[in-house]
Amino acid sequence: MALPSHASTLEKVWHYAYLVICSLIFLFLIAPILIVIPLSFNAEPYFTFTEKMLALDPTGYSARWYDLLLTFGMENPDGPRTGSWWADVWSNAHWVNAAKNSIIIGFFSTILATCLGTIAALGLSRPEMPYRRAIMAVLISPMIVPIIITATGLFFFYSMTGLANSYFGIILAHATLGIPFVIITVTATLVGFDHSLTRAAASLGATPTRTFFRVIMPLILPGVISGALFAFVTSFDEVVVVLFVAAHDQQTIPRQMWNGIREQISPAILSVATILVIISILLLTTVELLRRRSEKLRGVSPG
Amino acid sequence: MANLADARGNGPAPTLTTADGKPLREALAKAERHARNRAFFLVLPLLLFILITFVAPIAQMLHRSVHNPAFSDNMPNLVAWFEENPEGISPDEGGWDALAQDLILARENKTAGLVGTRVNYELSGTRSLFTKGARNARKLEPPYREAILDLDEDWADPALWQVMRGASSAYTFNFYYAAVDKTLDQDGNIVDVDENRKVYVKLFTRTLILSLLITFLTFILAYPIAHLLATLPLRYSNLLMIFVLLPFWTSLLVRTTAWIVLLQSQGVVNDSLVATGIIDDESRIQMIYNQTGTIIAMTHILLPFMVLPLYSVMRPINPSYVRAARSLGATSWTAFRRIYFPQTIPGIGAGALLVFILAVGYYITPALVGGSDGQLISNLIAFHMTNSLNWSMAAALATILLTGILLLYWLYDRLVGIDNLKLG
Repeated sequence: MALPSHASTLEKVWHYAYLVICSLIFLFLIAPILIVIPLSFNAEPYFTFTEKMLALDPTGYSARWYDLLLTFGMENPDGPRTGSWWADVWSNAHWVNAAKNSIIIGFFSTILATCLGTIAALGLSRPEMPYRRAIMAVLISPMIVPIIITATGLFFFYSMTGLANSYFGIILAHATLGIPFVIITVTATLVGFDHSLTRAAASLGATPTRTFFRVIMPLILPGVISGALFAFVTSFDEVVVVLFVAAHDQQTIPRQMWNGIREQISPAILSVATILVIISILLLTTVELLRRRSEKLRGVSPG
Repeated sequence: MANLADARGNGPAPTLTTADGKPLREALAKAERHARNRAFFLVLPLLLFILITFVAPIAQMLHRSVHNPAFSDNMPNLVAWFEENPEGISPDEGGWDALAQDLILARENKTAGLVGTRVNYELSGTRSLFTKGARNARKLEPPYREAILDLDEDWADPALWQVMRGASSAYTFNFYYAAVDKTLDQDGNIVDVDENRKVYVKLFTRTLILSLLITFLTFILAYPIAHLLATLPLRYSNLLMIFVLLPFWTSLLVRTTAWIVLLQSQGVVNDSLVATGIIDDESRIQMIYNQTGTIIAMTHILLPFMVLPLYSVMRPINPSYVRAARSLGATSWTAFRRIYFPQTIPGIGAGALLVFILAVGYYITPALVGGSDGQLISNLIAFHMTNSLNWSMAAALATILLTGILLLYWLYDRLVGIDNLKLG
C-alpha cells in the first residue's frame, strides 16, 4: 500500500483520506464491542462514562455488577462468603443456572452436530456423491432460513410430538442450526485432501474405520474443531428457538439477556456481555491458530 | 470399450475381463456404484436428521397456512348445510337449525372459543357471538331463527355467514389474501381491506427497503476495508482481519446491547455530543428504538458478511493489471473504475446477496432496538405467534417470506455456489 514517490499531491491527499476512512470503519466495527468492557465496571447504574470514570478515579469503578451476577436469585446473598454461600450461588443464582443450561445444551448439540456433520462432509467431498449440489443446499439451509420461521415450525412440531419444554428438543434444534457451520468448515478442510492417502492405507490393509481414525481424522481435525466451535457458539448465542420451545424455567444466558434487555436493562447485562466478549476473543484466537495449523498440514500455506 | 474390442478382434468381439474373469465393464460399473453408495450412505444420517428436525417442521407449518380446521371440525351441522346449499343463499330455517345444533355441540365440547377465534380472524368482534351463543345454547328453542336473533342481532349479518361459509372448509387461501391486505367481499370477490387496516404490504415494503439500504451501507463500508485488507501484506492484513472477525464471533445480543448503550439518549454518543457542545442537552438525538437504531445495528452486525466475500475476491487480483493501466496513461480513478472494480463484481454480488438474504429475515435486532417503526416482517410473524395467536396468519406470512428467501438462496447457489460460502 506504500505510495509511489511519483504520486501527485491529489493522490497523496486521497491516499491519506482513504487510510482515515478505513480506520473509521474499523473503529465502527470494533468500538461497540470494546466499549462495553469499561462500562461494565461502572460504579453507578448508568450506561455512560461518569466523570469519576473519565478522571480514572478508582472509586468510579467497581465490580458490583459482576457480583450481582452471582448474588441475583440467591436465597441469602448477604451472608458470609463461605462454602455454604457458594453452594447457594451454585444452586440458586439465576445467571449461574442459565450458564449451566447454556453449557449443557451447547455441549450436547455440538457433539451431535459435529459427529453428523463431519461424516456427511466426508461423503459430500467425494467426487462420486450423487445429487451433491441439491443435498448440500438442503443441509446448509438452516443457516439461511430466518430463525423466526425455524422457531415457528419447531414450535408446532414440538407441541405435536411432545418434544416441547424438553432439553432434548432444544438440543436437537440447536444441533440443526449448528450443522451448516460444521459442513462448511469441514468441507473447506477437505478441499485438496489427497484421496490417495486413504487408498494407500487401504492397500496396506487398514480397515475403513482404522483409515478414518488414523489417516483422515488427524488431517481434518483442525477443521472439525473449528466447525465444532462454530456450532457451540451458534447454540450458546441462540435465543429465538429457546423462547419458542423451551419451558419457562429453562433459562439460558441469551434468554436471560434477552429478558434483561427487553424489560429493565441494567449494567449487569454489560458484565455478562464483557464475559461473552472475552470468550469470543478466546474462541477467535483458537480458530485462527487452528486455521494456520490446518493450512500447514495441508501444505497450502499462503506464505 | 466395445469399439476397442471390435477394432482388435475378428469375428465375435472378445470382451475385456478382470483378473477373476468378470467382464470389465460390469466390474467398473459395480465399483462406481459402490463408491456412489458409500458416499451417499455417509451423508444419509445427516440428511435424514435435517429432514426430520428441520424440513418436516417447516413443511408442516406451511401446511398450516392453508389449513385451519377449527371451524370445520367443530361445527359439523353447519358444514353439512353449507355443502347442501350453494353460494349466495341467505340462511333458511335449515341453516338456523344447524347453527343451533352446533352451538349446543360447542357448549358440550367447550369449543365455542376455538370456533369464535377462527371466525374472528376474518371478521373482528365476532368471537363473543359464539361464546355467548354457546353459553345460552341450552335455552334455545324452535323456531331457532328468532331464538338466536334474540340472543344477538348480529347473527343476521350476511358478512358473518359469508365468513362462516368460507371457514366451513378446512382449506382456505384467506390468510394469504389477508397477508397482502386483501379480503373476500360478500360475493366472493377479492377486494382491498379498509385503508386503516392495511399493514402487511406496508411492512413487506419497509422490510425490502430497509434490507436494500442495509445491503448498500454494508457495501459502502466493506469495500474500502476489504480493499485495504487485500492489498496489505498478509502479516498485517491477518492482524487487521481480527477487527472483522471479532464482531463475527461475538454474540448477537452483546452487539445489540452495545448499540443500545452507545446510542440511547443518555448513552455514550449523545453524552459526548453534549459534552463537546455540538448539541444542547435538551436536543439529544433519538437514535435507538426507531428505524435509525435498526439500520445502524444491523449494518454493523451484517458488515462481516460483506467484507469476507469481497476480501476473498480481491485478494487474488493481480496488482499488475492496475499498474499496466496506469502506465498506459489511465488516471488512478479510471484505472480503478475500468480495471479494478469490474474484477470485484463477483464478490459484490456474493456479499450483497448474502447480506440481503440475512437482513430480510432478521428478527432479534429489530425486536430489541427497532421501536415501533423499525420492525420488520419477522417481528410481525412473532407477534402473531405469541401475542395475537393467529397462527395461520403467522404461517401465511412466514410462507411468503420463506418463498422469497428460497428464491434468493437458489440464485445465490446458481451465481456463487454454496461451496464458496466462507466463514473467516
